[in-house]
Amino acid sequence: MLELYDIEIGSRLLLGTARYPSPAVLTEAIRASRAEVVTVSLRRESSGERAGQGFWSIIRSLGVRVLPNTAGCHSVQEAVTTAQMGREIFGTSWVKLEVIGEDDTLQPDVFGLVEAARILTADGFQVLPYTTEDLIAAERLLRAGCRVLMPWGAPIGSGRGLNNLYGLKALRAHFPDVPLVIDAGIGVPSHAAQAMELGFDAVLINTAVAEAANPVAMAAAFAQAVEAGYAARLAGPMEPRDMAAPSTPVMGRAFLG
Amino acid sequence: MRILVNGAWREAAAMTLASVLEELGYADSIVATALNGEFVPASARGGARVSEGDRLEVLAPMQGG
Repeated sequence: MLELYDIEIGSRLLLGTARYPSPAVLTEAIRASRAEVVTVSLRRESSGERAGQGFWSIIRSLGVRVLPNTAGCHSVQEAVTTAQMGREIFGTSWVKLEVIGEDDTLQPDVFGLVEAARILTADGFQVLPYTTEDLIAAERLLRAGCRVLMPWGAPIGSGRGLNNLYGLKALRAHFPDVPLVIDAGIGVPSHAAQAMELGFDAVLINTAVAEAANPVAMAAAFAQAVEAGYAARLAGPMEPRDMAAPSTPVMGRAFLG
Repeated sequence: MRILVNGAWREAAAMTLASVLEELGYADSIVATALNGEFVPASARGGARVSEGDRLEVLAPMQGG
C-alpha cells in the first residue's frame, strides 16, 4: 500500500480540487476518483462572503485527507507563512510545498524549495515538495528532511504528460525507496498509467479531471488507469527491442513453399 | 487608523488583531492570519498589536491543485 509519512493511503491517485465547474461536480469527481488525498489551498476571504467556509465543509463531509499547498508562492518567506496558515486551518502537518521560480512554466525554484523545506521540517511539518526531476535537487530535499518527493511530469496545467522520460526514469532508479508522486502535467489517463508502469508510487491530477468535458467520468477513467499501470508494474513489463521477434513459435511449422 | 487588509485599505479602531478581526466582521469565519508577512496563530491574536499602516492577510480555505 502507498505510504506517505507513515500514513497508509488506499489509492495511488491524489486529486486536486480546483477549476471544477461546480461544487457538486467536484464532490462527485472526488468520489469517482476514489482518491483518499485531495489538495487544498488558501485565499483571501472578504468578511462578507463565505465561499471558503462552504468549500471547507464540503471537503470535510467527504472524509478525505487534505494536503494543503503553497500555490502561487514565489519566495521562501511567502511559502513558509502560507504553510503555517494552512496547518492551522486544515489541522494537518502535511504541506505540498511549492516555491515557483517563474511564471511561463511555473517551474519550481529548487533553491528556494530546499530552503523552505528545511525551515518547515524543523518546525514539525511533513513536507511533500513539488520539484523537478533534477537529481541533485532531490538529494538536497531529502537531506532537508523530506521523505516524499513530487516531481513534475510537465508544467502545471499543460497536460503534456511525462516530458522528460529519461530524467524521470533516472530519478526513480536513483531513489528506489523514496515515495515519488508525479505531480503536474498529466493530461490523459494513459500518461498516468505510464507513470505507474515506470514505477512511480502515485500521481496527483487536477486540471486533466476538472477541465474534462465530463469531469466525473474522467475521474473514474484515471482511477482505472492508475490501477492498471500499477498492476502492470507489479507484473514486470517486457523490455522493448529494436527488431521483430515472432510471437508464434516457429518450431514444427509446416513447409509449404 | 488605516490598515491594509487583503490588499485594500480599511479603517479600524481596535488595537489587537483579535478585536480588529471582530470589528471587520470575521468573528465567525474559519480564517488564518498574517501580520506584515508573519503568521499569527489564532491563540496569539489577543496579544498581537495592530498599528497604523500594518499589512493584514486574512485567508480562508479554497480549492487548490
